[in-house]
Amino acid sequence: MADPILELRGVGKSFGGLRVIDQLDLDVLPHEIVSVIGPNGAGKTTLFNLISGLYGPDTGTIRFEQESIVGLAPHQITNRGIARTFQTLRLFLNMSVKENVIAATYGHTKATILESMLRLPRSRREERESAQFAEERLAFFGQRLMGYRWNQPAYSLSYANRRRLEIARATATRPKLLMLDEPAAGMNPVETHEITELIGQLRDEGGYTILVIEHDMHVVEGISDRVVALDHGVKVAEGTFEAVATDPRVVEAYLGTGTAERK
Amino acid sequence: MSEAQQPPDTPPTPPQGSDAGPRIGSDEWVARREDRVARSHGLTGQVERLVARVPQWALFIVFVVVVALIPVMTSDQYVLRVATDTMLWILLATGLNVAVGWAGLLDLGYIAFYGFAAYLFAELSSPHYGIHWPTWASVPTVIGATIILGFLLALPTRRLSGDYLAIVTLFFGQMFVTFTTQGRNWNWLGFGSSHDITGGPNGLTSVDPFRIFGHQLTQVQDYLWVALGGFVIVALVLTFANHSRTGRAWRSLRDDTLAAEVMSMPVNRLMLLAVAVGAGVAGLAGAINGAYYQGVFPTSFGFQTLITVYAMVILGGAGSLPGVVAGAVLINVLLEVLRSPDHSRWVFYFVLISFLVAKVRPWRALAAVVAGVAAFGLVVHAIVGAVWPRGTEGAISSGVFGFTTHGWLAVILRHWLVLPRNTYDVANYTIGNYALVTLIALVLALTVAQGVRRYVLLVPTIWLAAFVWETRLIEESSTTRPLLLGVILIVLMAVRPQGLFGTPRVEVV
Repeated sequence: MADPILELRGVGKSFGGLRVIDQLDLDVLPHEIVSVIGPNGAGKTTLFNLISGLYGPDTGTIRFEQESIVGLAPHQITNRGIARTFQTLRLFLNMSVKENVIAATYGHTKATILESMLRLPRSRREERESAQFAEERLAFFGQRLMGYRWNQPAYSLSYANRRRLEIARATATRPKLLMLDEPAAGMNPVETHEITELIGQLRDEGGYTILVIEHDMHVVEGISDRVVALDHGVKVAEGTFEAVATDPRVVEAYLGTGTAERK
Repeated sequence: MSEAQQPPDTPPTPPQGSDAGPRIGSDEWVARREDRVARSHGLTGQVERLVARVPQWALFIVFVVVVALIPVMTSDQYVLRVATDTMLWILLATGLNVAVGWAGLLDLGYIAFYGFAAYLFAELSSPHYGIHWPTWASVPTVIGATIILGFLLALPTRRLSGDYLAIVTLFFGQMFVTFTTQGRNWNWLGFGSSHDITGGPNGLTSVDPFRIFGHQLTQVQDYLWVALGGFVIVALVLTFANHSRTGRAWRSLRDDTLAAEVMSMPVNRLMLLAVAVGAGVAGLAGAINGAYYQGVFPTSFGFQTLITVYAMVILGGAGSLPGVVAGAVLINVLLEVLRSPDHSRWVFYFVLISFLVAKVRPWRALAAVVAGVAAFGLVVHAIVGAVWPRGTEGAISSGVFGFTTHGWLAVILRHWLVLPRNTYDVANYTIGNYALVTLIALVLALTVAQGVRRYVLLVPTIWLAAFVWETRLIEESSTTRPLLLGVILIVLMAVRPQGLFGTPRVEVV
């Protein structure tokens, strides 16, 4: 078995007296698609916030490619190779579609502000490369984000296209691990089907390792190599979709105490 | 309907949450197509398209050439002074635009950078300490020191945003004014004797003018050219910066700070950088200010200056360089024009009439209101003339130094308004004061009136506004200047909330 790309050991996080994540262990292997499921308030998004550095864990270690990332600023963690999307879309609404993606190349461009002010060669070269790279990232989504849409402000996009643009923006940071927070939320069945295929493509063609939070069980079933179920910040089940979906503790977490026995 | 006929990504059914407005679930650019087509037919649409067709660099070159040729076209010292002042304002507003317009930081301490630079230049080139640095050394030193000050002031505030940042930076600005006003008796925590650093309320005087290649720059137009040259360099450098990774990162953190951080941008460092770059521009403007006025005074860097420069940036459209230039020109020239009653009268009636044209529609209603206003005035004039002859014997003002009855506008106004004999006698002020209170009541009533009643009420309101203006306000130019400027700003903001050249922004969808 290969070394895990992401490794959480005994991670805990409390807000006041509320334990949101408790003694959580999690491994993600390279090129794996891992789904995190659980009822509302189970701590899924908190888990993402801990990994991406928006919160610091109270206890435990988070290691990415065998190096601890606890205590790093979010932008440093992104530069190590972890990118994410948000459940509530957080695009740069007043910037154009293409600019949204170019902006995310900040971490792997180097020109200082003085070089940019004087248009020195490195700055010009990086600008060209970033623009080209952004176009490639957008082309990944077929015709959806191409053509005239490049120069439109992001706020003018439809809901589904905003989700796609957020994924495109995340991939522009050149991540190894891509964390998607409810990529199919608010989408209709056709779009949900598309996003399921897209996540598969991201792994197969893009080469990303993917950690995804999803509520739609059809999506989870369609994409996951492995499923992790959380309830009240505790990992209650882990394994294949079939195993987790029928696990009594998971059923109980979703439907309440006693349901499993009655079934 | 087959798939192919649909626009590529209009979803077949709107997803959940579509009650939150038309923006979710539909592609707004497509949905608003009708709007855009309709708008492009109107007069403003045509003007907008015309402006959009001219490339920005062409506008920039035209602007620079026109400003550079002002001293050739006129030798009127007053015009040259106004032009040079305006150019300094433009430079100052351009710097503020970096933090406020691009990075979205509400930095109210900006004016302290301007003042610091002017004072530092004065300390380095005046008899106050007997130091007289050459220009080539003092100006870069001042700019560098101001950038460092920008970094230092931004350090404790870099984690603040929005209102908190505004309050703390405002405090820095006030601290600077206090320091310069009190800085005549400075003693270092009680050690040593007291020391005069800033010259106190009198400021520092006899500051050296710039000396470039052995030439003393003593003429007003010299500073117009210096400020213009500075602006050209600053505008180019900032435009390049804005179109680079740093500029994009500034705009990203303005839109969503948290997302910017997660998308690999070091937000704190970028905030420091935005404040420091703005401070650098303020440093250049401050040094020019010191040399141009050959003196620096605490009052020049107070709250009023801050408000004025903010008004310029906001009016022009925060984030847009041509907008900032237009805003600075418009506000500074307006403030000058409003000094003289003869000029401010034209501005007043222009604003009044454009308000009518913009707000009263259709044109039949407009014609009725205009006819009503004319008739109302004539009737009131006739009645007052019959009852109280003295009440119509006055003349309109042409300034504190003399009254006149010349000019067609003056003739019309005399027969339409009620101007008591010796209009501007203190004895007549009471009438004007009562009229002003009535006017305010009428305007308030207007805001709640609906339909025909509104038009009927509009007639006496307009007449009374003109009456109050001619009998009372026009003589108080210190009050009417900010008042009229405020009204113009309100009207412009109502018509174009994003500012003259700004693009409309969406905050949260």
